[in-house]
Amino acid sequence: MTAVENHQTAQAPPPVKATDRTVRGWLGRQPLPVRILVIVGFAILAYLLPYVGDVPVLGPQVVTQANDWGSVLFEISYFVLLAIGLNVVVGFAGLLDLGYVGFFAVGAYTVALLTSPDSNFGLKWVWLASVPVAIAVAMFSGLILGWPTLRLRGDYLAIVTLGFAEIIRIFADSAPLLRGDRGFGSIPHPPGNNPDGTAIFSVRDATPYYWLGLSIIILVILAVRNLDRSRVGRSWLAIREDEEAAEIMGVRTIKFKLWAFAIGACVAGLGGVMFAGYQGFMNSSTFVLQFSILVLAGVVMGGSGNIAGAILGGVLIAYVPERLRGIEVFGQDLFQWRFLMFGVIIILIMIFRPQGVIPSRRRAMELKDRAKEVAPE
Amino acid sequence: MLLEIDNITLLYGRIQALHGISLEVDQGEIVALIGANGAGKTTTMRAVSGLRPIASGAIRFAGQDITRMRPDLRVVRGISQSPEGRGIFPGMTVLENLEMGAYTRRDGAAIRQDLDRVFGLFPRLRERMRQPGGTLSGGEQQMLAVGRALMSRPKLMLLDEPSMGLAPMLIQQIFSIITEINQQGTTILLVEQNAQQALSRAHRAYVLETGQIVKSGTGSELLHDPAVKDAYLGVA
Ligand SMILES: Nc1ncnc2c1ncn2[C@@H]1O[C@H](COP(=O)(O)OP(=O)(O)OP(=O)(O)O)[C@@H](O)[C@H]1O
Ligand SMILES: [Mg+2]
Repeated sequence: MTAVENHQTAQAPPPVKATDRTVRGWLGRQPLPVRILVIVGFAILAYLLPYVGDVPVLGPQVVTQANDWGSVLFEISYFVLLAIGLNVVVGFAGLLDLGYVGFFAVGAYTVALLTSPDSNFGLKWVWLASVPVAIAVAMFSGLILGWPTLRLRGDYLAIVTLGFAEIIRIFADSAPLLRGDRGFGSIPHPPGNNPDGTAIFSVRDATPYYWLGLSIIILVILAVRNLDRSRVGRSWLAIREDEEAAEIMGVRTIKFKLWAFAIGACVAGLGGVMFAGYQGFMNSSTFVLQFSILVLAGVVMGGSGNIAGAILGGVLIAYVPERLRGIEVFGQDLFQWRFLMFGVIIILIMIFRPQGVIPSRRRAMELKDRAKEVAPE
Repeated sequence: MLLEIDNITLLYGRIQALHGISLEVDQGEIVALIGANGAGKTTTMRAVSGLRPIASGAIRFAGQDITRMRPDLRVVRGISQSPEGRGIFPGMTVLENLEMGAYTRRDGAAIRQDLDRVFGLFPRLRERMRQPGGTLSGGEQQMLAVGRALMSRPKLMLLDEPSMGLAPMLIQQIFSIITEINQQGTTILLVEQNAQQALSRAHRAYVLETGQIVKSGTGSELLHDPAVKDAYLGVA
């Protein structure tokens, strides 16, 4: 038998253990009880966040000054949800989707059309009934957009998705059915009553929406995590790392890219559904392109390809500007400087930590590999 | 014939890369495809594995027309490829890369046997089992690409420049492993810049020039052909 060897190693290699056969981050290498403890701990803390202002000394530093803390928490929750969804598309499958806000809008508009008394359909459904329809429509629009475009690669896909978001926006502006900037009012809130008979979800208190958002996030994380660890996730990984090699291995690349797109669209649609149910009103100026870019920036900053990174990214983009709101420096509200600050932060992160704050270990390898391609040796 | 390529043409946009290529690979053979840069060798491989649709002509594999078959089904039928530039998944470990080679298979026990076989051929890969593919040296990556192509239990392996970037010592070794794989029953279509090695290992060979076959014969015939010597063997 011929063997390629420079030096002889006689000892048998250690057996393969399930835990160390793959490239994992810090948490993934901890024993199971530690992992569960860390995750459950974080979840409990997240549910307690509305009360953080009551914590002495530290609390008042954390909560926002200008806007109601509950509303800000809700805003954070749908940004986090969007980031988790976009992470499936960009982080897992490696598809640059700049039109992500389009699916958010599709979800929200579907709810509005089905529930609002302003809608031409005149259906006036309750919020909950519109949820599955809105998610399905968002997912379907993801498939429709993905089918012809996912044959494109990299930059081309980015441009087409960018165009998609613009089409949705222009459509929302000018299609009579979508009522332009007059928009839709009286979109119903989610159902449920407190023991004293008052509605849980009302305009008075945003905190229940936050808890709802958080619960949805947890469910979505569980679903997405399981997908990522399945054959589907392995296929995404292969496509992202080397699409042609993936195809050579027998991965049906178009099919799995389409799945990533549809799942991302579905999660974004869910974000739109939450948003519509909270806001009660929406019009064509609700969905701006900056929104897509902002969420993408969050995913990249936090650590694309890693769910924890995406969560952190979502929190950053939603929380930081709100925390700064109302703080004046030289007579200017810092909130107005948010995009400039994100720009600077992104540049700094890209220079010093291109894989993001909480990176995926694999992603880090891929970046190194690409750097090698650019400057061999 | 295991593989029959019948007068195929292939276009990249307006550029025609293949101008009617016909070639055959019989069961059990090593067939080499040599030619200058840009002759269309890689393109021919891509046509066989289905990465790129052909414009006209036909490809038959094991008696079946696969001209329009999806790439993944070609893998299932028994065609595997070690691509030019190796195509290693950088963030996957060596083991995971090898498992990707068995992506279309569901027979877990047999996959484990094949893993052992690959580790037998390339002990270095066993030592590096848990190392990310992106951190392997160029030579190790080449071994991984060849090993990974074995993991689908192919009838036909397409090897695109397996000696590229290897030290002379390693080139010898990779070619003897290719011969060994062939002797264990896998048919091989081999693209090589290293015409000397390729022709001396191959049963038969084709010479490709600007998208056309200009010469074919047994390995030793071409090895001693004055025109081939002149153009590809770099000897006077
Ligand atoms: N994606 C592509 N788009 C356009 N033209 C291409 C593409 N890929 C290859 N070609 C062209 O097709 C021709 C054949 O290329 P091919 O890669 O098959 O050559 P090759 O024989 O493998 O060369 P080498 O020995 O350098 O690898 C070349 O002229 C090349 O420029
Ligand atoms: Mg080539």
